[in-house]
Amino acid sequence: MFADFFYALKTRKVPVSITEWMTLMEALSKGFISNLDEFYYLGRAILVKSEAYFDQYDVAFQEYFRGIEAPADIPEQVLDWLKDPINRMTLTEAEKAIFDTMNFDELLREFEKRLAEQKEQHDGGSYWIGRGGTGPFGHSGSHPAGIRIGGESKGRGAIQIAQQRKFLNYRSDLTLDVRQIKTALRRLRQLSRTGPEDELDLEETIDATAKNAGEVELCWTRTRKNTVKLLLLMDVGGSMVPHAKVCSQLFSAAHSQSHFKDLQYYYFHNCIYESLFRDIERQVEVSTENLLHTLGPDYKVICVGDARMAIQELTEKYGAIYYYQRNETPGIIWLKRIAEHFTHCVWLNPEEPYYWNHPTVLVISKLFPMFELTLDGLGEAVNRLNVKR
Amino acid sequence: MNIVQITIIGRLTLPNNDFDQFMGSADYVADEALRNAVNVSIALKRPLLVRGEPGTGKTLLAHSIAKGLGKRLIVWNIKSTTKAQEGLYVYDTVQRLNDSRFGDSDISDIKQYIKLGKLGQAFTSPEQVVLLIDEVDKADLEFPNDLLNELDEMSFHIPETNETMVAVHRPIVVITSNAEKELPDAFLRRCIFHFIEFPDPNRMEEIIRVHFPDIQNNLLREALKAFYLLREIDEFRKKPSTAELIDWIRALTAGGISHEQVFKEVPFVGTLLKKETDYYHFVTRRMGRRPSGNRTDVYGMLH
Repeated sequence: MFADFFYALKTRKVPVSITEWMTLMEALSKGFISNLDEFYYLGRAILVKSEAYFDQYDVAFQEYFRGIEAPADIPEQVLDWLKDPINRMTLTEAEKAIFDTMNFDELLREFEKRLAEQKEQHDGGSYWIGRGGTGPFGHSGSHPAGIRIGGESKGRGAIQIAQQRKFLNYRSDLTLDVRQIKTALRRLRQLSRTGPEDELDLEETIDATAKNAGEVELCWTRTRKNTVKLLLLMDVGGSMVPHAKVCSQLFSAAHSQSHFKDLQYYYFHNCIYESLFRDIERQVEVSTENLLHTLGPDYKVICVGDARMAIQELTEKYGAIYYYQRNETPGIIWLKRIAEHFTHCVWLNPEEPYYWNHPTVLVISKLFPMFELTLDGLGEAVNRLNVKR
Repeated sequence: MNIVQITIIGRLTLPNNDFDQFMGSADYVADEALRNAVNVSIALKRPLLVRGEPGTGKTLLAHSIAKGLGKRLIVWNIKSTTKAQEGLYVYDTVQRLNDSRFGDSDISDIKQYIKLGKLGQAFTSPEQVVLLIDEVDKADLEFPNDLLNELDEMSFHIPETNETMVAVHRPIVVITSNAEKELPDAFLRRCIFHFIEFPDPNRMEEIIRVHFPDIQNNLLREALKAFYLLREIDEFRKKPSTAELIDWIRALTAGGISHEQVFKEVPFVGTLLKKETDYYHFVTRRMGRRPSGNRTDVYGMLH
């Protein structure tokens, strides 16, 4: 039963297994599920094990069950939505202006007219009224729970809940928050026994005591601690401005993470040359040469940047975008030296891989394994850094 | 406290009597999705894994289930050092060694040195209990895997006494997690999962009324307004959640604060903002006043 739904989930990359599917079938056969609402919630509880996949579940659900429920009156929901002044706050100024030119009744008449028109024109496909932002109902993008007027899926209940897609923000392949980054970074660890011998080694104690003919002999060992040392190099060049938020989140997550043995961080503009910045506002510089001498190869390096620049910034002497920087050695050489000195390096790129087809991005991704700065990408990067050499 | 019945809307009577046991309890507001998840996990005999923001009532859920069903609750708090074995039993070798040298008890009876852990206690209890495994993600990554078999079979073997402990009644297992670590897939496959969403203002009002049945409407309205405004400030390191709101309202009612002051002054803001930086950010930047008291007045009780 519903086997196609299982595959719909699979196509949406929700990790469901046969075990879980059988559990759902068991629940169905025992009569625990009596309507579609219950199916929605219980299916989700049984099949999906992380809120990160709730959104994909919602998408698969509305695709599979579209048009199953009895129709209910949508205008009422819209009425509620329109009446609630809070929703207006989510509109842009221009949209608000359109709203203000009509009174409520006019607005409603206009809406009904358009809804009728659409029924004639689009029977089948789901369609957002006035999509595109020109009409008074064109606020589709501005409100994450905005009302979607489905051409055929008029149901309340489960499908409507699925259509709201309120778990969009939990998707791990789309968004990152500090806590999620922390969780990802926490996996970056390398436990080894260091420090004073202050942990009782039970096995050893028992062995020694037995050898001692029962006279208790205590044996101690060193506790296991994380020995990961991290070097964070972040691009703060002009093209990184749109990504400033995610970069600062990554930084604050790494910074507040107490489990690293050491964390060093430096900034650069577009590309790394003779010097890196310790403090970007006060232009406190540290020579890259010096860094390579003082930091051992066991530091794990995370570079963050879009790796996008004019080709001469990467390959030419004096190519640096800032005139005063007058680099004697091309940036590519510096990057190469960093990649060769440290055994574990990754590059996190806040841009989508779709845009990586750019000469300098391609060159740099040959030097540093490049990952997208999303939760999934960060996870892969951490795995890469954890690989033993 | 007054008893507020939680009304169940739109539930159908189902053929199976075992199902639909949990209806929430007097002091806990459970929505339909949560009630369904709880009841299915009971009926299908699968552990219920609960996740959600801190302070949304994950731990309280187990207490509520125990209360609602009239069963005893056994709490197993997980720490970073907890081993799965400890939940089953501990063989107190040191005591036995000590007794063998200095004691006068009969050390050949190993049974007396076997101390049952929380899971062991839940298995041997003569009546069905609710077992809460709290913050399972605090422990080592392998911890949940070590419990798989025991939770599946509901039995474990004690080699020292050659005994097999089989659950008299299958306990209702509730597991909470803060998602600090990824849980192993094999473990997840066996669980029913529920994510407690942050309550919207309407549900929050319902929750507050359960805790404060006599609260004045305008005080509640102003408090919720201020609370949801605070939650929208992204600069906070820890956003206030339900637990903090309840504390705050308790402080407001105890302090006899009138509703006009609540939104304007946000008194006792220290009960909502627990991080010092958040508190100073709010007081200096948002409210445009100097923090009262000296810097140690983190909880803002001197207002």
